[in-house]
Amino acid sequence: MVHQKIGRILEYPFSGLIVFLVLGLFVPLVIPTYWVMVVTEILIMGLFATSFNLLFGYCGLLSFGQAGFFGVGAYVTALLLSKGVGSYILICIASITATLIAAYFIGYLCVRRDEIFFAMLSLGFGMMLFTIAHNWREVTGGSDGLPLSTVPPVDLGFSKISLFHPLHGYYFVLAFVFVGLCILQVVVHSHFGLMLKASRENKERLAFSGGNVASVRLVAFLMAGGLSGLAGMLFCIFNRMATPDMLHWSFSAKPVLMTILGGAEVFWGPFVGAVIFFVLEQLVTNITENWMFVLGLLLIPIVLFFPRGILGTVLNLMKSSGRGSHGQ
Amino acid sequence: MDTFAINLLNGLCWGMLLFLISVGLTTVFGVMGVLNFAHGSLFMLGAYVAMQIMEWIPNFWIGLIIGPVVVAGLGIFIEVFLLRPVYRRDVTFQLLLTFAVLLVLDDAVRLIWGPAYHIVDPPPLLSGTISFFDQSYPLYRLFLLCFGPVVGLSLWFFFQKTRWGKVIRAAALDREMAEGVGIQVPRLFTLVFALGTWLAALGGALSAPYQSIGPSLGEKIIIESFIVVVVGGLGSFPGAFIGAIALGLLESFGTMFAGRVQMALPYLLLIVVLLFRPRGIFGKEV
Repeated sequence: MVHQKIGRILEYPFSGLIVFLVLGLFVPLVIPTYWVMVVTEILIMGLFATSFNLLFGYCGLLSFGQAGFFGVGAYVTALLLSKGVGSYILICIASITATLIAAYFIGYLCVRRDEIFFAMLSLGFGMMLFTIAHNWREVTGGSDGLPLSTVPPVDLGFSKISLFHPLHGYYFVLAFVFVGLCILQVVVHSHFGLMLKASRENKERLAFSGGNVASVRLVAFLMAGGLSGLAGMLFCIFNRMATPDMLHWSFSAKPVLMTILGGAEVFWGPFVGAVIFFVLEQLVTNITENWMFVLGLLLIPIVLFFPRGILGTVLNLMKSSGRGSHGQ
Repeated sequence: MDTFAINLLNGLCWGMLLFLISVGLTTVFGVMGVLNFAHGSLFMLGAYVAMQIMEWIPNFWIGLIIGPVVVAGLGIFIEVFLLRPVYRRDVTFQLLLTFAVLLVLDDAVRLIWGPAYHIVDPPPLLSGTISFFDQSYPLYRLFLLCFGPVVGLSLWFFFQKTRWGKVIRAAALDREMAEGVGIQVPRLFTLVFALGTWLAALGGALSAPYQSIGPSLGEKIIIESFIVVVVGGLGSFPGAFIGAIALGLLESFGTMFAGRVQMALPYLLLIVVLLFRPRGIFGKEV
């Protein structure tokens, strides 16, 4: 009975969003301030990883330049804030628009390539954006990046809320991340989401049945890019700076690692991966500096034995045990 | 004229090192179909292990010979225990697995040898400078310039003329057919991966006196060797040579002509080639 119920809840597409919202609203109230900061970062990187997985998990396109879009969002935010723009709506629109423009040009050239060639091409473009951020000193501040001296308060009409309070900053980030995840969830469950999966499973067949593979992929590329830009904007506000490292390929590797940890085949895999990534990082760095060593040692068996990732494997076990008791 | 000659020599010299690294990467891809993300880390490990041996036995040549062999042993371990289970999987999975190996190796190097940079002196025979064009040039770099083509030619001879080379090329062309005529493909794959690792580590050991050794060396070199093999054509032998020389020259002359844009030039090269000749300059070759 319980298993059957779990199975039914798991199959309901928006139950994940409800669980996310409930946990997101109440968890920060019961954890210490330091962990509120950690969870804020988890939210941002979780959105980044989930948008990356729209390309990797749903289209089969391994993007190794996703940090480029993350960085464009961060730099546009830093530039606008340092010019004295105080409206977050305006900043949000501007950074997503700038990211979409970059993603359109890059995506247009990338989506016709597959597998390794797509990965290499996106890596090349990502690193081009990195060199712009690193070398165009007049605008981007070069290798030092753009530090923000202050972050304006959020104007809600009746009162102004300062983002310097960790909890306020957290709920600010949560609002944007929730909207971003809602968009992704709707896209994945739409007709278009099915086309994306079809383009991964058999793109010749999709083309034969009248689907335009390149344009389907391009739209997914734009969405993933735009939401990565949104994550970049939040990251910039949260860290009060934009630096070129945010565009480097080793930063692009982060959503890839989180997605493998959590599982690429399930929608919440990358997000759960982000949670595991940061919680483990906190625990491991208490003991040793060599966090990447531990992460690598953890990833090898996951890739070898649990290619569905941690969440994917757990969900699979729950589903099959649910089906087993159903048969009895 | 003088700066031109110096830039030319520097570019060719760096190109030779890039060639040694990329030729291993491209051979492993051509034969096994695995794009090894950890290749740069094996290069770095080659430099560190050679340095360690030179500290124990103060002789450059012994370190140069033993170091890469030790790293090749590690390559055999990686192939047998990690790569073998994922051959039939998606290419991206192999890329991710070798990326995990990269994380482990890079941090292991930091753990063993610390985050500081190390400097290795060239052997007494090759230290000092030689003067021509009224300028002096380090003798060790000229040695690298000559050593690169020697390795390249002997590899070419190995693949084209020897029985083992032909067997490897046959297995790369058609795995099932090769198994059908009695070639032990799994053992062959182990050997090829060990060869690729050995070449990467040899490049690392040779580069030790050329540049300072630090734990971020592998991260930097892997992207450059990706660019070389993709530009030259994945799996192509002459492609790796042309690609490496092109990238070496582009980087040395880039500082002269392009100034600040220089850093973007390798990526620009990668993008242009992938857009107009997606299979690389020498694509579709084994």
